[in-house]
Amino acid sequence: MNLGNRRYIITGIFLLFGVIFIARLFSLQVATDDWRAKAAELTEEKVKIYPSRGLIYDRNGELLVANRAIYDLMATPRKVAPFDTVAFCDLIKMDVEDFEESFNKAKRYSRYKASVIKKQIDPEDFARIAEQLHKYPGFYGQTRTVRNYTRGIGAHVLGDFAEAGPKDIERNSYYMPGDYIGKGGIERTYEEELRGRKGAKYVLVDVRNNVQESFDGGRLDTAAVQGKDLTITLEADLQAYAEKLMQNKLGSVVAIEPKTGEILALVSAPGWDPNLLVGSQRGTNYAQLQGDSLKPLYTRAIQGQYRPGSIFKMVQSLIALQDGKITPATRITCNRGIIGCHGAHSYDDLEGAIMHSCNPYFHQVMKRMVEQGEEDSRFKDAQIGLNAWKEKIHRFGFGTDLNSDIPRILKGNVPGSSYYDNIYGELSWAYSTIYSISIGEGELLINPLQMANLSAIIANRGYYYPPHVIKSVGTDGKPEQFLEPVSTGVDEQHFETVVNAMQKVVDTPGGTARRARIEGIEVCGKTGTVQNDPLPDHSVFIAFAPKDDPQIAVSVYVEWSGFGGTWAAPIASLLIEQYLNDSIANPAKEQRILDAEFLGP
Amino acid sequence: MSATRRQEIRKNLDWVTLGLYFLLVLIGWTAIYSANFDPDHQAIFDFKADHGKQLIWMGICTFIALVLLNTEGEFFIRFSVISYVSVLVLLILVLIIGKKVGGARSWFGVGSFGIQPSEFAKTTTALMLAWFIAQTGPRFKALSTRIQAALVIGIPAGLILLQPDAGTVLVFAGLVFALYREGLSGNILIVGFGAIILAIVAILSGATTVEYPGFGEQSGIYVMLFVLVILGALIFFGVRSFTLPRYRRKNYRIVALSLAGALAFSFAVNFGIEEILQPHQRERIYVLFGMNENPDADYNIRHAKAAIGSGGWTGKGYLNGPMTRYKFVPEQHTDFIFCTIGEEWGFFGSMFVVALFIALILRVIHLAERQRSQFSRVYGYSVASILFMHLLINVGMVLGIAPVIGIPLPFFSYGGSSLMGFTILLMIMLRLDGERFSVFR
Ligand SMILES: [Zn+2]
Repeated sequence: MNLGNRRYIITGIFLLFGVIFIARLFSLQVATDDWRAKAAELTEEKVKIYPSRGLIYDRNGELLVANRAIYDLMATPRKVAPFDTVAFCDLIKMDVEDFEESFNKAKRYSRYKASVIKKQIDPEDFARIAEQLHKYPGFYGQTRTVRNYTRGIGAHVLGDFAEAGPKDIERNSYYMPGDYIGKGGIERTYEEELRGRKGAKYVLVDVRNNVQESFDGGRLDTAAVQGKDLTITLEADLQAYAEKLMQNKLGSVVAIEPKTGEILALVSAPGWDPNLLVGSQRGTNYAQLQGDSLKPLYTRAIQGQYRPGSIFKMVQSLIALQDGKITPATRITCNRGIIGCHGAHSYDDLEGAIMHSCNPYFHQVMKRMVEQGEEDSRFKDAQIGLNAWKEKIHRFGFGTDLNSDIPRILKGNVPGSSYYDNIYGELSWAYSTIYSISIGEGELLINPLQMANLSAIIANRGYYYPPHVIKSVGTDGKPEQFLEPVSTGVDEQHFETVVNAMQKVVDTPGGTARRARIEGIEVCGKTGTVQNDPLPDHSVFIAFAPKDDPQIAVSVYVEWSGFGGTWAAPIASLLIEQYLNDSIANPAKEQRILDAEFLGP
Repeated sequence: MSATRRQEIRKNLDWVTLGLYFLLVLIGWTAIYSANFDPDHQAIFDFKADHGKQLIWMGICTFIALVLLNTEGEFFIRFSVISYVSVLVLLILVLIIGKKVGGARSWFGVGSFGIQPSEFAKTTTALMLAWFIAQTGPRFKALSTRIQAALVIGIPAGLILLQPDAGTVLVFAGLVFALYREGLSGNILIVGFGAIILAIVAILSGATTVEYPGFGEQSGIYVMLFVLVILGALIFFGVRSFTLPRYRRKNYRIVALSLAGALAFSFAVNFGIEEILQPHQRERIYVLFGMNENPDADYNIRHAKAAIGSGGWTGKGYLNGPMTRYKFVPEQHTDFIFCTIGEEWGFFGSMFVVALFIALILRVIHLAERQRSQFSRVYGYSVASILFMHLLINVGMVLGIAPVIGIPLPFFSYGGSSLMGFTILLMIMLRLDGERFSVFR
């Protein structure tokens, strides 16, 4: 064999590997974008820029919700040098086990990118940690913005601002793990307005994940849009006063400005200081609120499902007057054989019946509305009559969420024919089966916001604005939906009798709400007492004042406190006095309420 | 040296090779500059920075090249044995008093510069091999001579293995190409190639587990061994059916020996990987086949591939590769220097550099073939083989088709010893080639 030919074999082998390399280069560089994507993932980073969240002011411009800084302790595993775990955990006040779990999770997530080790460290604590942090390379503090509630009031209205959960992230791609979101109240309703829009900066990072320069000259960057400040309709002083009055009680207070539908105060008792749910103690405090047997997280003012009791008699009066089933002069015998009654009266006209809360009177009034005699069958007749009645009740906002901007309102229950069909079977019930709703008992359920709205309707003599808490978004004013009045379909003239009766309830000696009297102010009110036989009754009172130029309409509901005039009426009166006069003339009246305690049956 | 002789050598000097050499060194330097680029310190003549130091080395190497090109070829021949023995001594010394860098005892520290004797051992071994084969001449066919030739390569390789520096040992193994050119049986290439394939299959099957009926979960290596036996049997019956009876006995023996060898080799590879290699070494092999369990183990190679792969057709532009600039690739200016080319110059640039290397190597083979003296030819083939092995291992590594073995890319990688070693290696060949018409050896 000629050895000279081996030159070509060797040349061939060398060339072959050259070709293999070029083919490999082609497959890495040209045939696929995977490696380009991998390099981008390593070198390019999107830095989110969080705009500061809008602040919240009360109706007089007092700052209610501010922002404050808090710190998340972060770790970039690759930069972390060996360190004394026990000393470090001691410094950051974390269990060694919890720390290790958290740190291992960070390592699994990424060696280069930072993860949170401990969330929400208060500035005072962080200052102490920061002093020592230089000893622990790879760890650093990241500033987060959380809320600061200057007055510590209105937790149920303001809601909560906290880390977005998996469901929030799933629902809306705007949110990433670690982002914060408004979780209740107006923080939730006006989330988009308050948060603004986060911006992004695209940067190149080095292998230690330090930012080196902006990517592509910053052409892809987007600026953050600042969140808008909100002015809300609450009056901080009134809200604070109402919360004070409701201490050690279960129930609610709602105050509305009738001529606008603006909610002046909304209290659900028991409540909590919203600052408890900010910062490192949030978890513990939230669990405590959740475990509390008095259920503070349950917003009684909008979610309480109460029988309205006697205050409902005014609604019955108004729609019966509009329908022409009665006139103010209509007298009905107080026949206590069908349904019980209180007090000395026997044959009241409408005003008297409202003042005395005469049950047989309104049993008869509703009977006239339900049994219209259009059908021979009293079952069929009741079916038609009840549904027509239900429509009219709806127009007072009962059984609806009132188009309010407060989230998670429970609508209550206004039973119609299908409701009773489900219970008794179709055409198996007549008015005689369901009459207890005529006096606001039975299956009828409404919430305290609807009660206050009823008071506003009567104050306005026939219409209401959807009760709301927003006064202005930034400087844009109020959303239009809150500027349109909603009519109840009952004409103004029919309110005269009802309003007069309400004034007498408060003003005449022997009226059921004498305790609601305020010197110099004409208060109109109506008590209600929801029976829980044999347990103590719930005490209800709605009112508005002054009679001829109503500025405030109130509902007060105090669970388990007995007769409506005894507890609910004076609370309402104190609020009205505080709102209209800015002071309380009779400190003893106030003290009596502050001392009272009703925390269960 | 007479003036006419100097002229003659200048006339016969292979300017193509010299041009390729300078081109590679210059491109290499730009890549080092890019790998160390710092926008705040852009000075080219910053002798504290790596690219500045490399400039000094390039100057020194130019001087060395001039000296070597003006040295009589006869000197290299006479110098072969002495230099070979001297470097052997250095290789022994470095094991005793050398500095440990990156786990291998391979450096002599001289101030801030270090010297790596193994870089020079390549040249001296090539010289020695050329001298030895030229001495023996036609007797190279004898087995004893071949064993002696193997020792010439094996002794320095063995000493380097002790450092340990597996990459350089593989480079020495490449000298088998030179031996093959001088008459070593071609079977050695076939056996070598077969061994690589067997090793790959053994590694792949050894790393999988198979459910064997009756024996539970065991290594997949047994399936491979079983398949080998079946293959052997098939070939055995093939031989019986298709060859003439008088050749059968010989063929049976070959089949039986090959089968036994293959089985033993596969088993040895599997055993070696599972039982002898250190965990981190085993991991490097698994990384190559994408079987690593520790996701961080292939970090180097993933980043290298990302740097190269993100270059696309034309690259991101010089000094404009974030993977390069922001130090995502480890050892970017030494062993992984090729990534810089891949990222910044893309497919075209990378292909150009690979082509330059192949062109240089083939040019050296061309030079070797035109020599009249066997010494020069063997030396030429040794140079080509050494360059080729470096290219194969280094570029193969950064492209993820060879295991991670630290070995410089000739003329490119930052480092004085390496550049000087390759310069000497190549310049001796150029000088020998330059006087090819005036010698009769
Ligand atoms: Zn009565």
